[in-house]
Amino acid sequence: MVGIVGYGAYVPKYRIKSEVIAKVWGEDPDRIKNGLGVHEKAVASNDEDAATLAVEAAKIAIQRAGISPKKLGALYVGSESHPYAVKPTATIVAEAIGATPELTAADLEFACKAGTAGIQMCMGLVGSGMVDYGMAIGTDTSQGRPGDALEYSTGCGAAAYIIGKDAESLAIIEDTYSYTTDTPDFWRRNGADYPSHGGRFTGPPGYFKHVKNATLGLLKKMNGKVEDYDYFIFHQPNGKFPRAVAKMLGVPNEKIEEGLLTPHIGNTYSGSSPLGLANVLDVAKAGDRIFVTSFGSGAGSDAFSIRVTDNIKNRERGKPASYFIEQKEYLDYATYAKYRRKFKGM
Amino acid sequence: MKESIPLTWRKIPDRYRLLGSVCKNCNGYYFPARHVCPKCRRKGKVDGYQFSGRGRVFSFTEIHAPPAGFEDQIPYVMAIVELAEGARCTAEIVDVLSKDVKIGDEVEMVFRKIQSHDPEGLIHYGFKFKKVKK
Ligand SMILES: [Zn+2]
Repeated sequence: MVGIVGYGAYVPKYRIKSEVIAKVWGEDPDRIKNGLGVHEKAVASNDEDAATLAVEAAKIAIQRAGISPKKLGALYVGSESHPYAVKPTATIVAEAIGATPELTAADLEFACKAGTAGIQMCMGLVGSGMVDYGMAIGTDTSQGRPGDALEYSTGCGAAAYIIGKDAESLAIIEDTYSYTTDTPDFWRRNGADYPSHGGRFTGPPGYFKHVKNATLGLLKKMNGKVEDYDYFIFHQPNGKFPRAVAKMLGVPNEKIEEGLLTPHIGNTYSGSSPLGLANVLDVAKAGDRIFVTSFGSGAGSDAFSIRVTDNIKNRERGKPASYFIEQKEYLDYATYAKYRRKFKGM
Repeated sequence: MKESIPLTWRKIPDRYRLLGSVCKNCNGYYFPARHVCPKCRRKGKVDGYQFSGRGRVFSFTEIHAPPAGFEDQIPYVMAIVELAEGARCTAEIVDVLSKDVKIGDEVEMVFRKIQSHDPEGLIHYGFKFKKVKK
């Protein structure tokens, strides 16, 4: 079996409150906050992008794993905001963390689940003995169209996972299961600045169908039940959906709170469920079991069953997610628009 | 201004990772890397060195009149950082204004975009520093 030998989370320092965005667009701030369940979101500085976020998370993962970056045999960066249209983010990250040149690397894209897809690829490579360690990163500095409902929730953040053999793992990945269909709930055409989405259609046929089926599918595959787990992390496009899907699946609220970060940092897309998992690993005890289900529009879900080991004490080697989540500075709308380059001609 | 791609490419290891050099004869640390130790000359034993990225603010200033390509970043703080190993380098302190910085502040290296103003050109990345939260 394989597991997580190191992980790292990074969230940029700047935040914008939902009510500040709502005021600009003439919306009722309370209706937005309660409707979406997002109080504020993380905003990357104007010198940050998906690659720089990924590097910060990756460095912490390396510290925790206590391995030389040269030992990474594979590196996958999942994002829907890769800085270049053509030129890999993975090479930039590999060079910046000192993992080059002996490794395979590639960029992945699957809306919000490209990070967990990378974890599965690394599980395959490590499990088959092709590499000793593989790193998978979910990172995004996603954008919502100004004034669109998405603008309140699209945040910035990254999480990195180093997958290795179970004996060295701080958490063993017991099993994984995916559920994938072609569902047009969210898309962005080449050259378009902002994504389009199917509004309410993103709910039942998109998020809920895939998250539910992937979760139930893995439980069935493992002959398990909700009660076997101490924590659940569901993809969190807003504060509402993960709570709703937990209710449908009979998961009590207290099992999802620790891994639910969207109300405070927004939906970090490829970073979303990986960051939720990082926040749970920061507090979990040896023996705890964690269930993660990601979701990417388009659409698909990857579910993971994870068991924390005694090696979890190694997490002290790196900064916890809360270091970055609690360190914050609020922006006004104009500065936010400048940092996120929302002005025409910039 | 047309950029030199070979020059950009050659600087990637030191810009991305703070890769400098150390002289094993006199224990002198250098950034950017030197091939010959200025103290020991021919007796020097120079090797590549990966700096830890930890350091302190030696001096700093807030930039309001930036060079071309940095206009949308002002105001920003440039500092001379004394690295934990002893060498000094010049770099930006991110996510702060000068009122937030003091000489002696503990900083650590972060990886950021240095310049990306040409929409069809390369994105230049490299080290900057960030204050360590107490
Ligand atoms: Zn010397």
